[in-house]
Amino acid sequence: MTTTQELTLKTEPFILNIGPMHPSTHGVFRMRATLDGEVVTDIEPVFGYLHRGIEKLAEERTYTGIIPFTDRLDYLSPMSNNLGYCLAVEKLAGVKVPERGEYIRIITAELQRLANHCVAIGAMFNDAGAYFTPFLYMFRNREKIYDLFDMLCGQRVTYNYMRIGGVSQDLPEEFLPAVAKFLPQLKKFLDEYEFFVKQNEVFVARSKGVGILSKELAINCGISGPVARASGIKHDLRRDDPYSIYDRFEFDIPTAENGDCFDRFYVRVQEMRQSVRILEQAIKQVPDGPFRANVPQVIHPPAGESYAHIESPKGELGYYIVSDGSIAPYRFHIRPTSLINLGALRNMVRGWKVADLIFIFGSIDITMGEVDR
Amino acid sequence: MKFENFGLGIVKGLSVAIQYVWRHALVTQYPEQRLNISRRSRGNELVWSRERCTGCATCAKACPQGVIEIVTATDMTENKYKVETYRVDTGYCIQCGLCVEACPYDALFMGYSYERAKYRRAELVQTNDELLESPQRPVSGYFHPDIAKKLPKQTLLIEKIVEKRK
Amino acid sequence: MEPISAGALDIIQPTYWPGNYWWHWLFYTVVVIVFMLVMVIGAIYFERRAMGKMQTRLGPNRTGPFGLLQPIADAVKVLLKENIVPGVADKIVHFLAPVIAFTPVLLIFTVIPFQNGAMLADLNIGILFIVAVSSIATVGVFMAGWGSGNKYSLLGAMRNVAAVVSYEIPMVLAILGVVMVTGSLSMNDIVNAQNIPNILVQPLGFLLFFTAACAEINRSPFDLMEADSELTAGFHTEYSGMRFAMFYLVEYAEAIAMSAVISTLFLSGWRGPWLPPWLWLIIKTFFVFFLMIWVRTIMPRVRIDQLMGLAWKFLFPLAVINLFATAIEVLAWPDASQWIFVGVNIVLAGALVFLGSRLFKTGLGRVEV
Repeated sequence: MTTTQELTLKTEPFILNIGPMHPSTHGVFRMRATLDGEVVTDIEPVFGYLHRGIEKLAEERTYTGIIPFTDRLDYLSPMSNNLGYCLAVEKLAGVKVPERGEYIRIITAELQRLANHCVAIGAMFNDAGAYFTPFLYMFRNREKIYDLFDMLCGQRVTYNYMRIGGVSQDLPEEFLPAVAKFLPQLKKFLDEYEFFVKQNEVFVARSKGVGILSKELAINCGISGPVARASGIKHDLRRDDPYSIYDRFEFDIPTAENGDCFDRFYVRVQEMRQSVRILEQAIKQVPDGPFRANVPQVIHPPAGESYAHIESPKGELGYYIVSDGSIAPYRFHIRPTSLINLGALRNMVRGWKVADLIFIFGSIDITMGEVDR
Repeated sequence: MKFENFGLGIVKGLSVAIQYVWRHALVTQYPEQRLNISRRSRGNELVWSRERCTGCATCAKACPQGVIEIVTATDMTENKYKVETYRVDTGYCIQCGLCVEACPYDALFMGYSYERAKYRRAELVQTNDELLESPQRPVSGYFHPDIAKKLPKQTLLIEKIVEKRK
Repeated sequence: MEPISAGALDIIQPTYWPGNYWWHWLFYTVVVIVFMLVMVIGAIYFERRAMGKMQTRLGPNRTGPFGLLQPIADAVKVLLKENIVPGVADKIVHFLAPVIAFTPVLLIFTVIPFQNGAMLADLNIGILFIVAVSSIATVGVFMAGWGSGNKYSLLGAMRNVAAVVSYEIPMVLAILGVVMVTGSLSMNDIVNAQNIPNILVQPLGFLLFFTAACAEINRSPFDLMEADSELTAGFHTEYSGMRFAMFYLVEYAEAIAMSAVISTLFLSGWRGPWLPPWLWLIIKTFFVFFLMIWVRTIMPRVRIDQLMGLAWKFLFPLAVINLFATAIEVLAWPDASQWIFVGVNIVLAGALVFLGSRLFKTGLGRVEV
């Protein structure tokens, strides 16, 4: 026994600080990784570098004035944030949204899902080490979606488009034809993209079986969205708790069994196809009529509380509002998808190499704006 | 790592990548090529109309950042408010457009111009006449559909493949 | 082989120079250095432009006509930057590392023929010299990793050492196949012997050599020592200014040197119709370099254990079998036309790749902790 110990080389683990300034931590995330050679034995996530105190700021703003702040939570899918917040306030104040408003909301939210998954998939390849090509192909299409949003609300990233009781402005007349023209382009592109990367040996080698998140762990950690669906949990709030008018559309919920990085990639691709399907149905059904309920800009909702959750592109996004009857919420709380999805990161990366640490982290698809709020 | 398809996946990837060499790049050579921006564009600055403004300060109340400062005096002869100071600190403005939406007299507009960067922070604070409409400060169609109709149509990337550099 | 002694070639034959050897040495030293610098500038421009095109971008197009001056502008920028040395760095090692990494790349060009016999030194062990010398760059890289006093750098450098040690073996075995077919170690004789380009005679050898060369010079998908998404910049994380420029130069010079070696070994070097020989060499070099860019465009990076697995479980057995098969062919049909080799070897390469792909499998790479 002693001889083997003497012969063994003395090794010791060392701590590698990854982030907050690192090319692939998706913002300012920081991990203190304990490494044994190349193998990650433990990580300690550190965050809070992007904390802006949005929950506290919101307590001093009018209910309408909070909407621009929700844009800045998950800055890759502001429309979904807007939608979730507006649903919560509408529930609180008992506002009924007109039909056309609901359809516009669905169209924008689904376009937002496409745009978000474009970034999620593209950035994931970048984390795997592909030199920007899959990323830029995806960005090319995201740019087209952002262009449509620009036409709708005048800005590319911070839309501030939805209002309590509808949306801020009606659709421009050229918007729906433009969406109709964009969808076939996107479908064609998705086919090409799948052809491009799905069988790439190196990508398959890097992603299949890597960073497995078991079904039990996913449920225990409260993981939602594409990450949970890749682990085989068929949970989608659009189906399970239909908000807005999602019960009117036909779509499937893609799931996968293994819960590895490849599944997380492939579930997202299939979700994009389903979003295209919803959009195709929605743009045919958009009715005429008012797009916004008659709600004043400063509202006084009755005292009480409400919680509304939506299926944001990253998972379940919830808004909890407590009102004391004044013009501003008494307490404003967000259930951030990204933060809760990060919960399983330590279990997913232990035992893998440094390269996998980055890749698994990328496959969860987080936004630091939402983690730190 | 396995070669299930005998390296066919790599060949597929190569074939797609090479096709893009002959396709048009979806980028714009900015200073020379300019795409038309959105008709509802929320540009860097606010445009204020002195004639229509009644000094009600609804915009200041709607602003989530509190960047609008408005001082009014009572004009006894005409029996109405007179706006003495209308000051916007553009440095703090987040261009959300809620003030434009709130204005009951259509006296406030988002700017249509861009490239309005300043060298000093103090220049970002704009007061009274600096906020009026001028050829350098055109008005955007945000929340004003009648103005939006007159503006040039937005160039959409889905329709326009950017042509070669001139 | 007798060198052709006609026309323009007369002036570059060593024996015709006044003062014989030294003038020849001076002339070719200048030629090699200038050639390499110009080629590197061309390569940087070419890579950025070609990659941009494949990524639906345009690439650099502002500095000079078609952005041709972009690499020069970059060089000027990087030379004017402050040279920062970290406080905990091993100063001497940190200082020497770029120099040591840079020298061997120049040495590779000494034995590459630009024309029949037109090279700095027609060593009769030319290809062996290249193999020996090109590994020295690894010492420089490891010195950079160690001397920086940075964990990222150290990880990158250690990955590089592991990769180079493993990939030397399939690379040398692939070269041996070529040497057997051509019957010489001298680069000039190898070119002269290639009546049919060796890529047809040794198709598997070409694939193996190309893969191993990519790993050797850390081109994607084997660029683990830089690994921009994991290790920020790998071994040159702590380098800036002039020294960073040296490493950047080394990266592209190595790529160009390896492309030149591949085009000499497998694509019949300077030989070709109509155009002057040196132009043929440049064209072929850039063609091989384009293949590297093309692969880099689409490939994610392999993991370190997969890198090792690929070398030892896939490339190494294939290289050994290829070597034996070539040896048997050369012994069995010494006088046969090379076209027979072409047919047999292409079939053999297909079969071996098929078989190797079936049998090849690396582990998952997870360690229980």
